[in-house]
Parts: sequence; structure tokens; C-alpha cells
Amino acid sequence: MPRTHLKEKLYKWIFTLLSFSSLIFLIGIVIVLFREGIPIFKEAGFLKFIFGRNWYPTYRPPEFGILPLILASLWVTAGAVIVCIPLGVGSALYLNEIAGYRQKQFLKPVIELLASIPSVVFGFFGMVIVTPFLQKVFNLPTGMTALNASLILGLMATPTVCSISEDALSYVPNAFREASFAVGANRWQTLTQVVIPAAGSGISTAIILGMSRAIGETMTVLMVAGGAAVIPHSFLEPVRPMTAAIAAEMGEAPMGGSHYHALFAIALVLFLITFVFNIAAEIISRRFRIKLGLSG
Amino acid sequence: MDNKIKMRAQKVNFFYGKVQALKDINLAVHANCVTAMIGPSGCGKSTFIRLFNRMNELLPHTLLKGKVFLDDLDINSPLVDAVDIRRRVGMVFQKPNPFPKSIFENISYGLKVNGVREKDYIAGKVEESLKKAALWDEVKERLGESALRLSGGQQQRLCIARCLAVENEVILFDEPCASLDPISTAKIEELIMELKKSYSIVIVTHNMQQAARVSECTGFFLLGELVEFGKTQDIFTAPKDKRTEAYITGRFG
Repeated sequence: MPRTHLKEKLYKWIFTLLSFSSLIFLIGIVIVLFREGIPIFKEAGFLKFIFGRNWYPTYRPPEFGILPLILASLWVTAGAVIVCIPLGVGSALYLNEIAGYRQKQFLKPVIELLASIPSVVFGFFGMVIVTPFLQKVFNLPTGMTALNASLILGLMATPTVCSISEDALSYVPNAFREASFAVGANRWQTLTQVVIPAAGSGISTAIILGMSRAIGETMTVLMVAGGAAVIPHSFLEPVRPMTAAIAAEMGEAPMGGSHYHALFAIALVLFLITFVFNIAAEIISRRFRIKLGLSG
Repeated sequence: MDNKIKMRAQKVNFFYGKVQALKDINLAVHANCVTAMIGPSGCGKSTFIRLFNRMNELLPHTLLKGKVFLDDLDINSPLVDAVDIRRRVGMVFQKPNPFPKSIFENISYGLKVNGVREKDYIAGKVEESLKKAALWDEVKERLGESALRLSGGQQQRLCIARCLAVENEVILFDEPCASLDPISTAKIEELIMELKKSYSIVIVTHNMQQAARVSECTGFFLLGELVEFGKTQDIFTAPKDKRTEAYITGRFG
């Protein structure tokens, strides 16, 4: 066999291996999550673990109910969605439908720059600015609340939502807009009745990916959510989302103990939630491409 | 031409940025007949008809000098709303562009955006427009289906029906058969012949046989100029300009 031929084969193998390595890591992570998480289900009972209302991992005897943590994550994520939909989708609409070339060239990188700010900086911002602000406005014992986390996470998810929504809008063929204008529709009607419905599933994908970013975010919620592992009753109470619990407690949980396994089990639950989000986003975006006649 | 003048371009110059796409064009479209625009790609004929319903102003960095009249109305006057012009002057595009909505909604859309709310009226209008566009029999059983599931030719007739529903006076066809097979093309041409009884029609086409078959008047565009304009018969049998003759005999283009 000639040398060059051999070389080519070698390259092919190297790159194949590299690209499959993420699959290998993914499988490895999932295996570890299951292996380290399952023991707690045996110890505390699966349903008791998921739906238990008390999270007292260091008491004697300990209680491992993660419902407060799951609810905290869901609340904070829901709040973040309420924040990031108007910000993200609104700016995408502006960028793609209203802004001129120059405004777009300026604004798009600025919004994307928001994504490059480290989460600890967002958390810091939440601590020193949003916290005292909320405390004052709502007259609270502490400003570190679900609302605070929602605001910051919403802001953090905005670039994701904006940039994917913007892509979705730009995939809407101009022919649809022209057709709409040609029958005497104005800009607003064209936007709300043709463009947004056509881009709808793409925008939904953007929002789901934004949610998945929000629910997995750790540093920020650790810093601003307040950390109380109780079932939340309002946005103005401190909460402890799943990620914050893992990050805060892993250091003090003795390796191989129940607490340690419980934290892995939380990570497993979190992974399953984001997995579902991502699958949903993928399915919806595939439908979107088919609907617009783009390749599946 | 005996019919009255429906639309008229007066000393029209048009620019994309610094590039001049149309040079000093004067042309009149008569009511109840078909006016064809022919010429090689990039000669400005599409740009020209898009001035008739103010579609070009949706593009950035364009400039129009000169005037376009609909009846005696200067359509670019600041007092005139583009939306009103586009309702009166409909357009069918080169590629069929139905909305990703149902067949019914594709037609009712134009009525709804123009403020029609009455359901029975809309339903009647949808049926009437589909009949006029010779599509009714093929789709009456499945008005709720997505328009994107129709064939290319059916989609184009749907776009014509969509245009007819808003009761316009002029219909602009921008190479309506460019992406259709010969049978669909024949159907569209038949339809155009039928429609001219009640509408004024302008059609841009690459296909000279098509221009000869359907139109009463023909304009030949070349490099942004209107080289020759007159009765179709004269243009095709006794062109005055050498360039027209060269084009229709197939020496370039």
C-alpha cells in the first residue's frame, strides 16, 4: 500500500475517534451518574426521594426529599422564561424585522457578548445590585430570592433565546413576507400573522434551549437564590435549586455516604430534565425545518 | 389601443444604491388587456413591474425618480398609503409562495388583513376566488389542508386566487410560469386570458411564445431601457428597433 494512502487512513481514524470521544464521555458520565445515584433510591425509596418534602441530609436520621429543590429549580426557571421571552424574542424580532443593516451589525454582537460574561460575574451583579434593590422595594428580610435568581437567569438566557429565534426568523422565506404585503397587509399584520407563526416552532426551540440553560445554571443561583431548602410559596422567598444544592453540599458530603449518593441522584434528575428539554427542542426544530421546506 | 389607460409610468428612473436599474421609462398599461414585458435576465423588467405596487420600497437603499399613476392617482404621493395601492394592484410571484397555512386561510388572509370579519362573506369569497382561479374543483374537499401539499401549478393558482380575493383592479404577474411544467403553464395562461375580461394584467415573462400568446401589448427591455413598446403583433412581426429584432429572433438573451 502506498504511503500516502496509509496516511489518509490514519487521519480518517484519528478524526473519527475524536468525534466519537464526546459520545464516549457522555456515556461515561451517564454511567457514573446512575452508579453513584442509584444507592440512595434503594436507601430512601425512589418516590420518597423525588416527592419528599424535607431535605435534611445532615440530620440524624437524615431526610432525603428533594421536592423543595426540584420545585425551586422549576420556579426559578419559569421566572427566567418570563424574563427571557420578551427580552430574547423581542430583540430577535427587532434585529430581523425592524432594524436596519447598521443597527443589526452593531446590536447582534452586543447581545451575543452577553453570553460571554462568566456566570460568577452575573451572580456578583445579582448580589451587590439586585439583592439590595429587591430588599428595599419589597421590604424583605433578604433580597436573595427566587425572583432575584429568575431575573439574572432570564438575562443570562437572553442571548441564547435571541440568537436562535433570530435564526428561525431569518429562515422564514422572504417570499412569505412579500406575499403578505402584496395583498395589502401592513408590517404589523405580516409580522404577527405570517412571520411569527411560520417561525413559531423555531422560536419555541429557542425558548426551550434557554430554559435548559437556566435550569442547569449553578453559580448564579448559588450566589443569589438564597439557599433555603424549603418548598417555595412565592417568588419573594429564598430557594435552593438543585444545582445550588449539589454545588454547595458536595464539599461537605462524605464520599460514598448517603448524602453523597443523594447529590448524585439530584444530578441524575437534573440531567434527565435537561435531556427531555433538549430532545423536545430537537423534535420541534426538525418539524420547523420540514414545515418551511428546509432539509430535515 | 382603445381601452382606457389603467396604469402609467412617467419618466421612471430607478436605482439600487448607485446602480441604475431603469432608465427614463414611459409606458402605459391599458385596462382589460394583457401587457407583457420581455427581455433578457437582469434587464429590469421585474424591477419595473414591482414599481406598480410599490414592492421595491421594501428593499433597502433604493431610489425612485419619476412618477407612476394608477388611474389618475400618483401612487407614490406622500398622501397615498402603500397598503391601499397593494390592495388595488395585486401580484403573483415567480415562485409560488403560499403561506404555510391551510388552503382556506391562504385566501381569507387578504380579506382579514383588510378588515373583513364577516364569516359567511369570507367563505363565499374564498369559493368565488378559487373558482375564478380554476382551482375550486381540485381543492373543495380539502380546504383545511396545508397549501404546501398542493402541486406547484396548484400552488400558483392558489396564489392567483389569493390575489383575486381582495378585489384588485390590476394584477402583476412576475414570471408566473418560470417554475411550472408545460401543462400547468397552459392552465395559467388560459386563466390569464379569462381574467383580463375583468382585470388589467401585466406579465413579465422570459418566454417569448408566452408573451405572443397571451398579450395585446409588449414592451422589450434591455439593460434598464425600454427599447420598444407597442402592439404585440407589431413587436413580433415588424420590430422597429434592431435590438428587438435580434432578441425575438433568438440572436441573444
